[in-house]
Amino acid sequence: MIEILSNVALATVQDLGRLGSLRFGVGTAGAMDDLALAAGNLLLGNEAGAAGIEIPVFPFKLRFTADCAFALTGADCGARLDATPLLPWWSHQARAGQVLTLGLPQGAQRASRALLCLPGGVDVPEVLGSRSTQLRGAFGGHEGRALRKGDVLRAAEAQRACRTGFGLVPPAFALPQEIGGLVALRVLPGAEYLGFEAASRDAFWAGEWRITAQSDRYGYRLAGEALQPVAPMELRSHGIVPGVIQVPHSGQPIIQMRDAQPSGGYPKFGTVIEADLWRLGQAPIGSRIRFIETHWDEAVAALEQKEAWLAKVARMVALRRSAPMGAAA
Amino acid sequence: MTASTPGPVPTLSLLGTTALLFEAPGAMELHSQQRIWALAQEAAGWPEVREAVPGMNNLMLSFVRPPRTLDALKARLEAAWEAVTPLTREGRVVELPVIYGGAGGPHMADVVAHTGLSVENIVELHSAPLYPVYALGSHPGYCYLGGMDPRIATPRRKVPVLSIPGGAVSIGGAQTGVSASAGPSGWNTIGTTTMAFFDPARNPPATLQPGDRIRFLVEGIEA
Repeated sequence: MIEILSNVALATVQDLGRLGSLRFGVGTAGAMDDLALAAGNLLLGNEAGAAGIEIPVFPFKLRFTADCAFALTGADCGARLDATPLLPWWSHQARAGQVLTLGLPQGAQRASRALLCLPGGVDVPEVLGSRSTQLRGAFGGHEGRALRKGDVLRAAEAQRACRTGFGLVPPAFALPQEIGGLVALRVLPGAEYLGFEAASRDAFWAGEWRITAQSDRYGYRLAGEALQPVAPMELRSHGIVPGVIQVPHSGQPIIQMRDAQPSGGYPKFGTVIEADLWRLGQAPIGSRIRFIETHWDEAVAALEQKEAWLAKVARMVALRRSAPMGAAA
Repeated sequence: MTASTPGPVPTLSLLGTTALLFEAPGAMELHSQQRIWALAQEAAGWPEVREAVPGMNNLMLSFVRPPRTLDALKARLEAAWEAVTPLTREGRVVELPVIYGGAGGPHMADVVAHTGLSVENIVELHSAPLYPVYALGSHPGYCYLGGMDPRIATPRRKVPVLSIPGGAVSIGGAQTGVSASAGPSGWNTIGTTTMAFFDPARNPPATLQPGDRIRFLVEGIEA
């Protein structure tokens, strides 16, 4: 069991999302960095989609009230178990009473969200096929809300012995994608792409976009050269998905993120492809990003590359876990 | 406002590799929506489709996994649209008392400014129809309604509001609806009501279904 010691809001229980209830108005929710969650789960021998804890605000502290294995992925937060520094993207073993502290994200590849995985996943009830926290409507996750001080959570397989003490090269290094030192995201042009001025379209691909402070799990509001429509567009409400780049009348785009609503009506400039959403999920507020135009074949291939990386992680973990005790690093 | 009047043939567009959007041609009306409901029912059974999600005279198909090529799916969708028999649904009628304007309707002034109508006129036009639920979306339990009088259509806000409360009755473009819980919105809130639209423990979790109908009763008008 773990007990949350910090009074910071916004840490939530997330899995890979609630995928089948869009027609009831229920968005997917799910981890902002799905790759970090899946990798953390694999490190512990969990299903890739088991529920973990997404932590976006630091410092964050929790106490293990019983012996428990855990994995830390996502942002490198200079984690400590009591006084002992912990490696990021690594599996660890805690003893009862030990305190885990996550500090500010650090390192050359500064990310913004840490993921904590536990054996068997965080034990919360499945609601509409998922354990992700649905903040709007207040269900799923831990009591349908962000975690707070005093909350106690259980690992679904708390007693399972896990081999720990090994880790991964983070995907930001293994699958880099940057332009001029900025995180770059591949975008498939959307239905209203050609409804924008040619100069605006050019500026979108050529320019840098700042992630403003009004950005969260619902969406990232960007700042850059305003995107001008050829004529105003007022659309009928239609289904949308995380990654869709909407352009409200202000011309400053909003990228829908994991807590996005499942429908909308603003013009769609394009969609950040599913395979790159984890990169965006880790881009900090205030940082600048770039966009790369892509096409269907490349976007599908990118998903396969992501799956191939996870498959490689799974093979590496299987080797570690089957090695004789004492042989693990 | 430039109303989008889709062309003479359906349009198909991509939402990344996650989903495909089908938009019906022609005016937004119930007969066309009944074809959308029927198309949704059929497409929900196709192997590559995770979920068929009706919108306002459009249909989103999310993928189990993205097909390698889209041509076959697009052709099947277009053929099914031509062949489909409209699905008529006469659901139940739900009456919702609304207090228009005042603190619960902070954007009424914007609708007045855009339409040039008085508050009383707007309330009269808004509360007159029996609105069919076309689709659910936006947030858990939220209903998109058809049949709003075009005279009170008002564009979505330049910048979305970060949070409007549950029960907010609002206008976005040519549409109207009631928010089921607090959250961000780009629509103009003109009034407020109370209603429990969603319970995740129920099956189905949403109170209202496409085909049900809503009538707004004027409980009061506040300055």
